[in-house]
Amino acid sequence: MANKIRVATTSLAGCFGCHMSFLDLDERLLALAEVAEFDRSPITDIEHCGPCDIGLIEGGVCNSENVHVLREFRKNCKILVAVGACAINGGLPALRNPISLEDCLLEAYRDGIGVENAQIPSDPELPLLLDKVHPIHEVVKIDYFLPGCPPSADVFWAFLTALLEGRDPTLPYELVHYD
Amino acid sequence: MKNFIQTVLAEADYQPVRLLQILRAVQSYYQYIPPEAIDYLAEGLKIPRSHIIAVAEFYSFFHLTPQGRYEILISDSITDRILGKDSLMDYLSTVLKVPVGQVRSDGLVSLNNTSCTGICDQGPAGLVNGYPLTRLDRPKADEIATLIDQEKPLAEWPAYLFAVADNIRKAGLLLEQPIANGAGLSAGFARGIQATLGEIDRSGLRGRGGAGFKTAMKWKFCAEEKSDKHYVVCNADEGEPGTFKDRVLLNSYADQVFEGMTLCGAIIGAEQGFLYLRGEYLYLKDKLQAILQLRRDTGLLGKNILNQGLNFDIEICLGAGAYICGEESALIESLEGKPGIPRNRPPYPVTQGYLNKPTVVNNVETFLAATAIVVNGGEWFAKVGTDKSAGSKILSISGDCALPGIYEYPFGTPISLILHDCGAEDVLGVQVGGPSGTFISNQELDRKLAFEDLATGGSFIVFNKSRSITGIVQNFMHFFAHESCGFCTPCRVGTSLLSNQLDKIVDGHGSAGDVVELEALCQLVKNHSHCGLGQTAANPILTTLQRYPDAYESRLKDISYEPGFDLDGALDVARRMAHRDDAAAHLTQVED
Amino acid sequence: MSKTINIDGQNIPFSEGQTIIEAATAAGVYIPHLCHKPGYTPHGSCKLCTVNVNGRNCSACTFPAAEGQTVINNSEELRHDRMRITQMLFVEGNHLCPSCEKSGNCQLQGVAYHLNMLDNHFPHFYPLREVDASHPDILIDHNRCIFCTLCVRASREKDGKSVFDISGRGIHKHLIINSPSGKLKDTNIDVNDCAAHVCPTGAILIKRTGYQVPIGQRIYDHHQISEVALNEEGGAGSLPAAALPPSLEVAGQGSLPAAALTPSLEGAGHGK
Repeated sequence: MANKIRVATTSLAGCFGCHMSFLDLDERLLALAEVAEFDRSPITDIEHCGPCDIGLIEGGVCNSENVHVLREFRKNCKILVAVGACAINGGLPALRNPISLEDCLLEAYRDGIGVENAQIPSDPELPLLLDKVHPIHEVVKIDYFLPGCPPSADVFWAFLTALLEGRDPTLPYELVHYD
Repeated sequence: MKNFIQTVLAEADYQPVRLLQILRAVQSYYQYIPPEAIDYLAEGLKIPRSHIIAVAEFYSFFHLTPQGRYEILISDSITDRILGKDSLMDYLSTVLKVPVGQVRSDGLVSLNNTSCTGICDQGPAGLVNGYPLTRLDRPKADEIATLIDQEKPLAEWPAYLFAVADNIRKAGLLLEQPIANGAGLSAGFARGIQATLGEIDRSGLRGRGGAGFKTAMKWKFCAEEKSDKHYVVCNADEGEPGTFKDRVLLNSYADQVFEGMTLCGAIIGAEQGFLYLRGEYLYLKDKLQAILQLRRDTGLLGKNILNQGLNFDIEICLGAGAYICGEESALIESLEGKPGIPRNRPPYPVTQGYLNKPTVVNNVETFLAATAIVVNGGEWFAKVGTDKSAGSKILSISGDCALPGIYEYPFGTPISLILHDCGAEDVLGVQVGGPSGTFISNQELDRKLAFEDLATGGSFIVFNKSRSITGIVQNFMHFFAHESCGFCTPCRVGTSLLSNQLDKIVDGHGSAGDVVELEALCQLVKNHSHCGLGQTAANPILTTLQRYPDAYESRLKDISYEPGFDLDGALDVARRMAHRDDAAAHLTQVED
Repeated sequence: MSKTINIDGQNIPFSEGQTIIEAATAAGVYIPHLCHKPGYTPHGSCKLCTVNVNGRNCSACTFPAAEGQTVINNSEELRHDRMRITQMLFVEGNHLCPSCEKSGNCQLQGVAYHLNMLDNHFPHFYPLREVDASHPDILIDHNRCIFCTLCVRASREKDGKSVFDISGRGIHKHLIINSPSGKLKDTNIDVNDCAAHVCPTGAILIKRTGYQVPIGQRIYDHHQISEVALNEEGGAGSLPAAALPPSLEVAGQGSLPAAALTPSLEGAGHGK
């Protein structure tokens, strides 16, 4: 067990679709489990990331908590990978970027249809929103990018096997997709 | 409105190529280009209204929303900043009661920045409704505020506010021996047109805009092109920050410039010439028109010049605030009433220029020199200067020196001598050739003014040791991002990316790798841009990075990565709206 | 003996008046491009077709082929620079492929795939741009415009109209519509116009035609833009179907090498 590589995964401003796609590795997950083990991940429920070899980040950075989690991953992971469209360019959450955050909040919590007892959430437990959604490479240094919405299981497989075998993890044409 | 537009259209003979002049008239009358005017113009000129909007939105001096009845623009050149522009701007904003970039609520006055206005030797300078204001200071700002509040017409403002001095500090080969009106033409006709071209060839004269193409060769190529029409264009769009020599040449040597154009017309077989005058020099227009008229009246222009059967006339066309129009093919587009977007080359203007006819485009100083050469002979010119750079160069010197102004030197003159003459002390470096040229350090002052060493269109900005290298470069990079025409991807996006990346480093948000990234981006923009603007836009960074790497490296943080935006600032809106200020409502810029 | 230019070591014939890209396309050599389209006045603005001609960078779509030219097209340096230029186009607008119905059939995307572009590299501008859905049949999403002017040229040169123009300067450049309202519905554009179909990205779309082709069967799902372009744009380069690449074989239940970390993995990260 000691020489297994440790992999951590998380979803920031994402939809967990990339994680679902990762699970599409299906029986290949068993092969992966022979050589890898999970640190912080929705699969393990480990709360904080410890020292890892590979960190897979889904989703962009939309709030203060995302920043903290991303930094924790960067600090602990030798290799940090941006997984999927949202991590790479903000993705669909970034559709709000051209609109001011003030307008977004007012529409959602005060002026929108069906809003009752209008108030902007202010519980200190809640992370505050950044004025824009950022790709993760604008906040920390990223080592690799796996595009796709989501990247297919084959992308994860091709990338991880290449890394593990010490090959250049260049993706072939068929695996480069932005959707 | 319809009547006014009809008058303007009639004056322009309903020619779409005169769209800039038409829009200038409309802008000056209404303080903007009203939508109804666009409809009338589209109808009268038989062009799509979207074309009119495209032109209006390309040039800085046109607006689709109303500006103040007194529109004040302050020159944002580094030379104006050295002379105290920033604090003056704050003061103006206070006394005029209008924020920078806005129109006062009563519509009386608007205040904004503009690119270098070419008054660098007597700044801080500005423009009010297109007319230059010089040596601005707080008392003048107070006076201007009062005049505006009294709604005094510009004609009733005291003349000293608008006084522009020539400041010729050192006259050389050309400036100390002005040519008498008509002497160039008489000498040209006496020698014969072909022999006159030969004389210009012998002189070794190269274009004075900076690129240095041999003038005689350009004229010869153009003359050899078979065409029903040829054109001569004088490029008086000197927009390179720190350049103002053409302003002086046109103010005091205009006849000699027009005569050079006329000689060129005779040689290439053109009957029409254009003086493309930068919009900032509107104040010279009436004077120049009068000079042209006098030349017509004395047989030096128009039909049958000096009874030699030569027909040639000159039209003055004003630009409207676009640095890119100094590029010759962009200038031609602008002359044709279009946005000033540089053309694909080949074909070059000598074969397909204005209206796709063979066209010579030369700098003001080139035509001035040509006239002198025709009178004094090629040898007179060639014996001055160096082997590859014949003759003299007229410099516009500004920045940190006691005697800013116009200086003429033989090519080959060392920079140190020039600095001595203009009273520069404690020199940090010199920007030779403007932002698109080269920044030389005080270790290189023995370098020489010449095409083979330091080529320049005439801009020469001195900086003393109190100036910040990166501050200077930031000013230049913002200028290029603002002036990029946006045609090609590398320059359109790249100049803005460069500007942002530089700001990130200078503002202290840079970390290891950011300078490497900056340099890579510089190379990309330089190697792939469509025209000279993009190809030289990275020069301020590249030339200073090479000489003062510490100025950049010292601003980097000793970490591998820092966000290029203010993380805590990005929470401002959310904090305010949630009424929070607890510890969790803040972010540090980098991890603790 | 016809005249030739040399592209990446290959002698390619050309006729007088042809541009480098025309000669290359006719000979089955792909040069990446977005603003170029055969039959349209060359524009030379996207700069993706930059090639090195006798040591100098030129736009292949505007530069005339001439005897004695040695052209570098397929170098790692040019691939890298073209990728950077493509990344500039991506960060300049709002190109969110998953929500774009042009995805899979988009030339901007196709070029990016071809160049193996995995991220956008530069900071995003996230500009505020409008959607014009006013026309009954045609939609304009300005977020995706790359200012190639193909629609401007199509409307002028092919349709005999002037529905579009490019306005503004620098990073503020934008597509404008030739109508008093500035809206597409008030122009004389027709859904059958060339201008409605020429957009290389998802900026101009025909309504009610989106997502009709399933993923996996779209233009660039399996075929590189290099093959597609050579097929469409004519020349000797038309490929038989068999020449197209097979879908990638995925290593089924292959077992992973037991070796855990390799030295390359150890050193690859850049740490905090």
